[in-house]
Amino acid sequence: MPNLAQRRSNTLAIVSTAFVMLWVIIASGPFLWTLWGSFKVQGDFFSKADWTNALYGVRTMFETGGFFTTNGYYGAWIEQGFGESVINTTIVVVSTVIISLTLGTLGGYALARSGFKYSFWILMLALVFRAMPHITLVSGYLLPFFEWNIWGYLPTSIVVLVAINQPFTLWMLHSFFLNIPKDMDESAMVDGCTRFQAFRHVIIPVMWPGVVTTGLFSFLLAYNDFAVTASLLSQENQTMIPKIASFLGTTQVEGNVMFAVAAVVSAMIPLFILIMFFQRQIVSGLTAGAVKG
Amino acid sequence: MPHRTFFWFIIPSLLAMVLFIALPVISVIVQSLHVEHEKVLISSENCGPFGCKKITTIDVAATDQLRSDRPLGQFSGFDNYTNRSHLAFDEVSLAWEISENMTDFIKKILNLPFYKALFFTLTYTFVVTPFVIILGLAIALGVNSLPKFAKGPTIFVSLLPMIVTPLIGSLILFWMVDGDGIIGGSIQTLFNDPNLSLKASPALTWMMLIVYGIWHSAPFSFIVFYAGLQTVPADTLEAATIDGANRWQRIRYVVVPYMKPLVVFITLMQLMDNFRVFEPIVSFASEASATSLSWIIYKDLTSDTQLFGSAAATSMLTIVGVAILLLPVLIKTWRDFNRTAR
Repeated sequence: MPNLAQRRSNTLAIVSTAFVMLWVIIASGPFLWTLWGSFKVQGDFFSKADWTNALYGVRTMFETGGFFTTNGYYGAWIEQGFGESVINTTIVVVSTVIISLTLGTLGGYALARSGFKYSFWILMLALVFRAMPHITLVSGYLLPFFEWNIWGYLPTSIVVLVAINQPFTLWMLHSFFLNIPKDMDESAMVDGCTRFQAFRHVIIPVMWPGVVTTGLFSFLLAYNDFAVTASLLSQENQTMIPKIASFLGTTQVEGNVMFAVAAVVSAMIPLFILIMFFQRQIVSGLTAGAVKG
Repeated sequence: MPHRTFFWFIIPSLLAMVLFIALPVISVIVQSLHVEHEKVLISSENCGPFGCKKITTIDVAATDQLRSDRPLGQFSGFDNYTNRSHLAFDEVSLAWEISENMTDFIKKILNLPFYKALFFTLTYTFVVTPFVIILGLAIALGVNSLPKFAKGPTIFVSLLPMIVTPLIGSLILFWMVDGDGIIGGSIQTLFNDPNLSLKASPALTWMMLIVYGIWHSAPFSFIVFYAGLQTVPADTLEAATIDGANRWQRIRYVVVPYMKPLVVFITLMQLMDNFRVFEPIVSFASEASATSLSWIIYKDLTSDTQLFGSAAATSMLTIVGVAILLLPVLIKTWRDFNRTAR
């Protein structure tokens, strides 16, 4: 009898491991494939004859003489000026993260420490704002921004991204501050600190894990955004993601699709590094609020 | 915390939300009640030897002047909501009259741009969400029984589809299912049909978009369930084993009940996020067979003549849609809040 049970659980273990392996292939395969293919010519990556050409690089050998080619990267970065949009993305993302964390920390702390009814309503309002598709807000911005002549500039989209980010930042930091015991800042206030001094000297030193986690998600929101940056930035101020989208419209010429492939791989790399270093924070951030409450 | 202190702490964040979320919503409402100015026409009579002819020409200067004086356009009431590109009351009632049966009627309705987008958005939302929950739970159970050293790398890989920019993730899949790509090419060989293209058939395009949606969101539910599994008490599981429950029964009667609050949380997040589906439509260039509400707003805003009124009306209808989706959750939260307050 134990043998039978054991055998059954072995089968189950094999099935479950096989399933996870399949998932790992489905999750990572497309990225690896594109990474590999970005060093080939279009004739291989989009092979009309046989998809295995992309593996062996038949056309790449024929056209460039090497097994790998960096023509796609050269085209994207040098010819199409992808570098400029990388700089723009850096400016937008860094500013968005810093500003939204500053505002969010103050607000989240206040919401966590106040027992008034209206703090509940502010949180509910934030939840409703969080649910609204970003593009519906964009249709509200465009006309006023045109009229005030502030359309197309980086600061405008930074401010908009900060605002769109706020509801989420507030929720996350609020639930994080709830986990810092009230006694800490209250005893500081008993000792004569004002509320702001207590925040400055007692809370700020212990809040960094929560701020880092929230910052990661603000980063992702700003970095991954397409709706806001694509419609609020002018051609010369474009960030990476709208730039990649604009490659698609103009690159019907043979070989130029590979510019887009190279740009896509370039934009993926920072995200890979981010997950590698901050995997634990991302996991804990995703589950904050779900598992605890 | 006194009201005054609370106020000073919250004001920067609240100001940002009011200025850039609440006011834009009001701006959307106002815009949705206006349409663009019509062109200013001049009619003049031109008399020649063969009688007089009336000529109408467009006064370009006056049109531009009018447009820059009153950029909002002219007031139109609810026309934007009822015209052909939105709720299309006239077209719907006409279709109802001339259709012979229900299928015919539905087919006619789905040719109208708003209903076409709404139908896809709802299908996407309600197909992707349950699949994401089931697949996420299955992966979580699988990863949970892996040996310890394998867990970290598996989680790393699993996070990729979710963390990578939606536009990029969907482009990568699109390139693979392209007729000349690896998956598209293999399918052509498999069915021995060189003209088979995932892009040409609406049904296959829908399937592709939904598969992308599941691939993109499954990691989220996996992570939430995986974290939840760590909190299932080992005692209860052991007790169930001693009582003779097999593995499946332990999952069904011990683990799943523990996961219930998580299912509610994931459903809420997924409904919100899937309802705004947008980037895959751009990447897959699927507008011929599948559009979403967000996509038609984007198209109105970025076309050569920007249709602010039309985009605003669709935005309002989308916001109403989100509100209807979230209503059950909000009512529940409101009840819980009242219960704890009492």
